[in-house]
Amino acid sequence: MDLSLSDFGAIAIMQGFNGLSVFCVLLLMALGLAIIFGQMGVINMAHGEFLTVGAYTTFLVSSLTLRFLPELQPYYFFVAIVLSFLIAGALGWLAEWALISKLYHRPLDTLLATWGLSLVMQQAFRSIFGAREVSASMPDWLMGSWMPTDTIDIPLNGLFVMAVTLLLTVAIFVLLYRSRWGLQVRATVQNRVMARSVGINTKKVDRMTFALGCGVAGVAGAAFTTIGSTGPTSGSLYIVDTFLVVVFGGAASLFGTIASAFSIAQTQSMAEFFISGSMAKVLTLSAVILILMLRPQGLFSLKVRK
Amino acid sequence: MSPTGFQSPKPVLAIEGLTVSFDGFKAVDNLNLYLDRNEVRVVIGPNGAGKTTVLDLICGKTRATAGSIEFDGRELTKMKEFDIVRAGVGRKFQNPSIYENLSVFENLEMSYPAGRKVFGALFFKRSAEVVARVEEVAAEIGLADQLHDEAGLLSHGQKQWLEIGMLLMQDPALLMLDEPVAGMSVSERLQTAELLKRISQGRSVLVIEHDMEFVKSIAHRVTVLHQGKLLAEGSMDAVQNNPKVIEVYLGH
Amino acid sequence: MKSFFDKLAGSKQGAIGFLILAALILVVFPLTLDAFRLNMVGKYLTYAFVAVGLVLCWGYGGILSLGQGIFFGLGGYCMAMFLKLEASDPESTRIQSTPGIPDFMDWNQLTELPLFWEPFHSFGFTLLAVVAVPVLLAFIVGLAMFKRRVGDVYFSIVTQAIAAILTILIIGQQGLTGGVNGITDLRTLMGWDIRSHEAKTVLYFVGAFLLLACILIGRFILASKLGRLLMAMRDKEERVRFSGYDVASFKIFVFCVAAAFSGIGGALFTLQVGFMSPSFVGIVPSIEMVIFAAVGGRMSLLGAVYGALLVNYGKTVFSESFPELWLYFMGGLFIAVVMYFPNGLAGLYQSHGRKWLARLGRWRPKARRAEPVAARPAPSSTPEPTSPALETTP
Repeated sequence: MDLSLSDFGAIAIMQGFNGLSVFCVLLLMALGLAIIFGQMGVINMAHGEFLTVGAYTTFLVSSLTLRFLPELQPYYFFVAIVLSFLIAGALGWLAEWALISKLYHRPLDTLLATWGLSLVMQQAFRSIFGAREVSASMPDWLMGSWMPTDTIDIPLNGLFVMAVTLLLTVAIFVLLYRSRWGLQVRATVQNRVMARSVGINTKKVDRMTFALGCGVAGVAGAAFTTIGSTGPTSGSLYIVDTFLVVVFGGAASLFGTIASAFSIAQTQSMAEFFISGSMAKVLTLSAVILILMLRPQGLFSLKVRK
Repeated sequence: MSPTGFQSPKPVLAIEGLTVSFDGFKAVDNLNLYLDRNEVRVVIGPNGAGKTTVLDLICGKTRATAGSIEFDGRELTKMKEFDIVRAGVGRKFQNPSIYENLSVFENLEMSYPAGRKVFGALFFKRSAEVVARVEEVAAEIGLADQLHDEAGLLSHGQKQWLEIGMLLMQDPALLMLDEPVAGMSVSERLQTAELLKRISQGRSVLVIEHDMEFVKSIAHRVTVLHQGKLLAEGSMDAVQNNPKVIEVYLGH
Repeated sequence: MKSFFDKLAGSKQGAIGFLILAALILVVFPLTLDAFRLNMVGKYLTYAFVAVGLVLCWGYGGILSLGQGIFFGLGGYCMAMFLKLEASDPESTRIQSTPGIPDFMDWNQLTELPLFWEPFHSFGFTLLAVVAVPVLLAFIVGLAMFKRRVGDVYFSIVTQAIAAILTILIIGQQGLTGGVNGITDLRTLMGWDIRSHEAKTVLYFVGAFLLLACILIGRFILASKLGRLLMAMRDKEERVRFSGYDVASFKIFVFCVAAAFSGIGGALFTLQVGFMSPSFVGIVPSIEMVIFAAVGGRMSLLGAVYGALLVNYGKTVFSESFPELWLYFMGGLFIAVVMYFPNGLAGLYQSHGRKWLARLGRWRPKARRAEPVAARPAPSSTPEPTSPALETTP
């Protein structure tokens, strides 16, 4: 091992960038869940499947563009993001209407029902797209990497995912905390009866909130296709990690979700540098559980008077 | 097992400098309150004055930021909830909190101070002693005829009495009642007042109540809270004529 | 003493229900099924242990553990370790570079038995560990979670995470655990070949009796004051706490009981099936175990057994004939049970079966008078949970 200081610095930067990628992945998944679980208190075990919906949508758009409008191939991704959002959102809207809305007072049952939904969706993906993983064709401008120095090599698709994550986070923040609709959501969450009596259509708010959360998962899925391939169980693999991110951050806090995704991702990729990937995951999950014992309400929850 | 009714000069409950803040908002602010043995004390105050929070702090539901609560020579602020109950503090919640699916008998039996640990509860036997105690308390709260009815079928007032009865099963030295007559009819209120007078023999009672007629009929002394602070304390008449109290109640 | 037996039997109806189940699994199945099918039912019954435990901790205690596979797996692995050591005597492993250790250790370049394997040479220790290891872990998890008042939903997610952790650990530590293949090639139990049909039939009966014993233990718990406390806690936790009870200790207890049952089930599974692998430990098998209890009725100990039998039977049928439909069916089952039959088969029986039976009961004597032999509805022979219930008509 002959590492000069600058080599070592480059490795540190790239490892840090790795951590940032994991952070983006976790945050992308957690953002939608932070809305659904954090704001509405609904345990949506099928959340990962909505992400997969977005990923498959992107794959479809990319294949169709390549087939019929190959000259537009460099730009298909923007259409894909919008469509992913709309389709995942619409499916979420349906799920809320048919399933979730009947179960608001039974959180543990919601958990089981949405698990059932996730099984059905997974099998549907398998029936439609086959069991093998598929990949969307990348536009050229996403290939390659950015090399600020000779030794540092940062892939462009990673940067792109980061940009999407950043934009999405800002958009959600603005929507929840700066818009009138966000105010309605927060009011409904805090006091349903009161919100209803001041003229908020809480049913509609619930449905839209759930749909939004699923739509965000769809966008996350679209972003995913740039860094990995898509299979029927792609989304469900991460569902427990995602829940831990949201729970760890303190369910109702968007800032908490970001901070917790960051700390979990960095712990994970730092640990991976020293021990095997699977052991790093064991270590991270255990650490999260331990910290949850110390702070059962999450890291960033408010102490409120009941 | 110290004999009850022993008159000591020390107050049975001494709250000193009690403060709790929620994200900087002080719901209870440097409160001092002393309760004598066999005293019935009513705490009044406008909404948000911190009345319920004080009960929460005494029974351990909320933890104090600062200050002390000494009960019968023991410091409650560091004790676990169930230890506080076992030390002799009983607390009734604002909304009747009973086990709707169990019978009145079973509701009362649940609060019988035996079989409170895991294996005690597993091998708990409904002895003649338990039955006698349940029947005694049921008679006290006027539910002797409903012993084997499902508790969920009782009227609102009866549910309130049942919860009081559950506390009596524990024979607490300090009984805390949060709005015991809320939602009750006039005749039920009278009955409750009588009940309170009977059961306050040999124990101290701390009541939160809004109904002034009811307060007048039971209170030995009245404490007025406002914005988490002690505003006035004394007999009902004195408090009612206190200009500060009038200001708080009518000022806005 | 009389009251003790009363508690076990429950009401008259409870006693009859128990006897019907006992007759079904001790007499009807062994008489009507061939050795292969009986062994399969035996495997289903090992899952019923988990479901019975879930009725106690989820149905009555309100604690939804999505990690019961952990305890099932721990019990199963304890038994598998004992059997594996017996199968790895120096004589039969002489071709290994280190004879006398399990084959997978040899493949992973281990040269001596890891310390934690040593005690599993003893059958007595193994029997103890089958219960004690799951209970110990449940106790630690319960202590940490319930004392800190981690909420119900959070608890469910944490149990899932623990199931994930354990699976990763087992798969990652190949040399110690056999990795993703699990511990396989188990042959004898103290010299007794467990692979023969006779052995499997004996093991079936051992499992059946133990399951019935677990149901009786469950009944005893539910009939005691502790059972009422569990329900009271589920509905009014604060009231129970402020009546002087340490709520956490009761939750820990029932969680440990459920873990113990699952561990016993896991050990029997290893014996019946002849191997143990991480695929019975993780998130997916754990949540499937919940559906057994949900289908049977989360509030019914007997229902849980029927639920485990039916769902697993369905799984076998589907995966033999239409494997691609199984997930749709399973997913649909989760949704339908939760939304339309929250009390499962037992609930259906309570709300419909009984009325139907009552009508049948009124109708039967009249019919018998008219035509004594032919009119009596013959109970169907298929082992459906509703059909044995026919017998409960007075």
